[in-house]
Amino acid sequence: MNSPRKLRDETTGMGVTVKTVTRWLKGPVLLFGIYLVLYGHITPGGGFGGGVVIACAFILVTLASGERTALRLFSKGVASRLDSVGLLIFLALGWLGTAWAGSYFFSNFISTPEAAHFTLLSGGIMPVANLALGLKVASALFLVFTLLTAFQIMEQGMKDKPGPERQHREDKA
Amino acid sequence: MIYSLCLLLILIGLYGVVVSRQTLKIVISLLIMNHGVHLLLLLIGYRETGSPPIVDPGISIAEFAGSAVDPLPQALVLTSIVIGLGVLALMVALCVRLYDRYGTFDITEIRRLRG
Amino acid sequence: MMSIDCQTLIPLFVAVPLGLSLLVQLLARRQPEVAEVLVILTLLTLALMSCYSIGGSGVYHLGGWPTPVGIDMRLDALATLLLLTVNIVGLAVSIYSVDYMRRFTARRHFYSLFLLMVTGMNGVILAGDLFNLYVFLEVAAIASYSLVAFGCAHEELEASFKYIVLGSLSSALILTGVALVYGITGTLNMAHIAARIAENGKDTPLLLAFGLFICGFSFKAALVPFHAWLPDAHPAAPAPVSAMLSGVLIKAIGVYVLARLAFNVFGISGNELSLLRWLGLLSMVTGGLLAVGQKDIKRLFAYSSISQVGFMILGLGLGTPLGLVGGLYHLLNHAFFKSLLFLNAGTIEYATGTRELKKLGGLNRKLPVTAATSLIGSMSIAGIPPFSGFWSKLIIVLACIESGYYGFATAAVLVSIVTLAYQLKVQRMAFFAELPGNLKKLQRETPMMCLAMILLAIGCLATAFAVLTGLRDPWLVGAAQGVLTAGIFGG
Repeated sequence: MNSPRKLRDETTGMGVTVKTVTRWLKGPVLLFGIYLVLYGHITPGGGFGGGVVIACAFILVTLASGERTALRLFSKGVASRLDSVGLLIFLALGWLGTAWAGSYFFSNFISTPEAAHFTLLSGGIMPVANLALGLKVASALFLVFTLLTAFQIMEQGMKDKPGPERQHREDKA
Repeated sequence: MIYSLCLLLILIGLYGVVVSRQTLKIVISLLIMNHGVHLLLLLIGYRETGSPPIVDPGISIAEFAGSAVDPLPQALVLTSIVIGLGVLALMVALCVRLYDRYGTFDITEIRRLRG
Repeated sequence: MMSIDCQTLIPLFVAVPLGLSLLVQLLARRQPEVAEVLVILTLLTLALMSCYSIGGSGVYHLGGWPTPVGIDMRLDALATLLLLTVNIVGLAVSIYSVDYMRRFTARRHFYSLFLLMVTGMNGVILAGDLFNLYVFLEVAAIASYSLVAFGCAHEELEASFKYIVLGSLSSALILTGVALVYGITGTLNMAHIAARIAENGKDTPLLLAFGLFICGFSFKAALVPFHAWLPDAHPAAPAPVSAMLSGVLIKAIGVYVLARLAFNVFGISGNELSLLRWLGLLSMVTGGLLAVGQKDIKRLFAYSSISQVGFMILGLGLGTPLGLVGGLYHLLNHAFFKSLLFLNAGTIEYATGTRELKKLGGLNRKLPVTAATSLIGSMSIAGIPPFSGFWSKLIIVLACIESGYYGFATAAVLVSIVTLAYQLKVQRMAFFAELPGNLKKLQRETPMMCLAMILLAIGCLATAFAVLTGLRDPWLVGAAQGVLTAGIFGG
């Protein structure tokens, strides 16, 4: 007999091929996004680009398996809170520049020795700023995508949300 | 010569905004216009035989400043792309909501405000 | 509290509303009342900070990086004048919106966006280089696009769509101008650009950049012929948003930036200023004439805003000290009385449910505070002595005559008479006429709304008082001088 999990998988989202490949790929895409954010001070990337790729990992899940699965991984409430917290961390970083070092906003109060330049833990406050921005951009973009797909087009008799959840593909293996 | 191609792109976007009858096409034309402006900004910082503006461990700062492409316009364009993304999200949300209320994407029918 | 240097306050003007906007998002999930208290406290702090910084000036280097490399924020007398305007009007509007916005859901988003708009405006005023100006301009603009569409009714969405399309267009033009200026001068810092333009002279590409800036910022300031979005966006927005938009946004990101670029950065003078004068004249006349025939009270006030911005740009376009004093004083006055008039219109809508002048009447007895403050506001904007509008328009007319532009002076006087005409129309139809039958049962005006309106009315009277008794030196004359002699931007 079909287990309840298998039944749920078959009725939402795209076909089995797409779902399987996405299940394998979402991890590496997320990891790549985190790499872009963390190494933003050495290689091109940084908060913006890395945040977009992280959001793309979750958007990929939304497109392939439906909104409910993606929201189980990263819910709207969490995204909304992370959004605000990310930018608050960035502002706190700026304020720490004044409070700690006694000088201007966003002044660099972390310093690394010459030999450690070009490694992961160098670059002053920039890695922390990249992390905060990556958090904010990822959650903001995912939230935008989810909210845009949640708009209901008012036609008669349609109670479900239109979108990837309601597509049925014929080529189920 | 290449700057005039950027200007052409901006004008194509402008033409699209003026002529389009559907809200989503206006949004896409605005995107094209933004792309043209970003391209102009990037090309201003270009140097014919330049290297990418990433400092390697061995190179000195003076050598780097003399041989690399100007990184400032790249930072400006990155910021501007993110701003454009925010505006795009808002515009698309407005288009969807307008469709909800008026039932059409056609701007000649979305004309309740006159006078 | 020991004396805090003005310089340390500069980044706080941007950081405080930004941080509190995010805190409002986080903390006000269950009870929106938390949001209301936070917003009013923030704006009170900002208003006090702006009052404290009168007479101060300074340059703030972000991150401690020296000027050509780093980003600065500059405070001078003109910036202080604008900061006072934005924050005091913002305080009054936030007090008003506590009661007005009770009918809306998702109030924490409203307050969050409101604080973001204030952040953007403060950032534009304090920015020391062109690109930061552009970024904060976009922050304020995006917040205002969302706020105009806040109620999600038909008209609000349509107006917001028009506004956002024209706003993005103008931002693209502004960015093209920034790109050209960077390509020619090699720097984005406004003081350095001013120095390089002064030594190299203005050749054609720079004039093209200046032309692009004028087009872009005239959209933001709603000068004719770039005004098409304003008569739709300002009436359709909720009343506190209309007050902020018409009262401070078009001035902080439109008129102020035009003054900065024309005088401090590009060093335009003499004949090249004639473009500004003609734009001002066109806006004055078109706005005034179109306002007379309007049937909707807020749409009438919106066209009136276009007309008054024309006065300001005419004053600025004269280029003489008297003209600048007139233009800047009119900017301050208009912020106070136009916000007051829009808040009055909002109260009328809250009480009666309609905005059409034909259906209103006899509100003198039913809404006493609204009627009284509306009378003060109308007399100020129409230019009746001894209210503030009379003095600012008088200074502009005298400055036109002093520079020899008799035609402009005559036009200014005639447009003032037209302003008087449509304000009297509003007063007569809304307040002094007979009470129509369907309006017997009204909502009363609430204490918070009355407090906000009284605050703005006191502001109108205070600016008149301050100028007449000679208290004007630190903030008004200093601001005009700062614009002309390139104050802190020189060298």
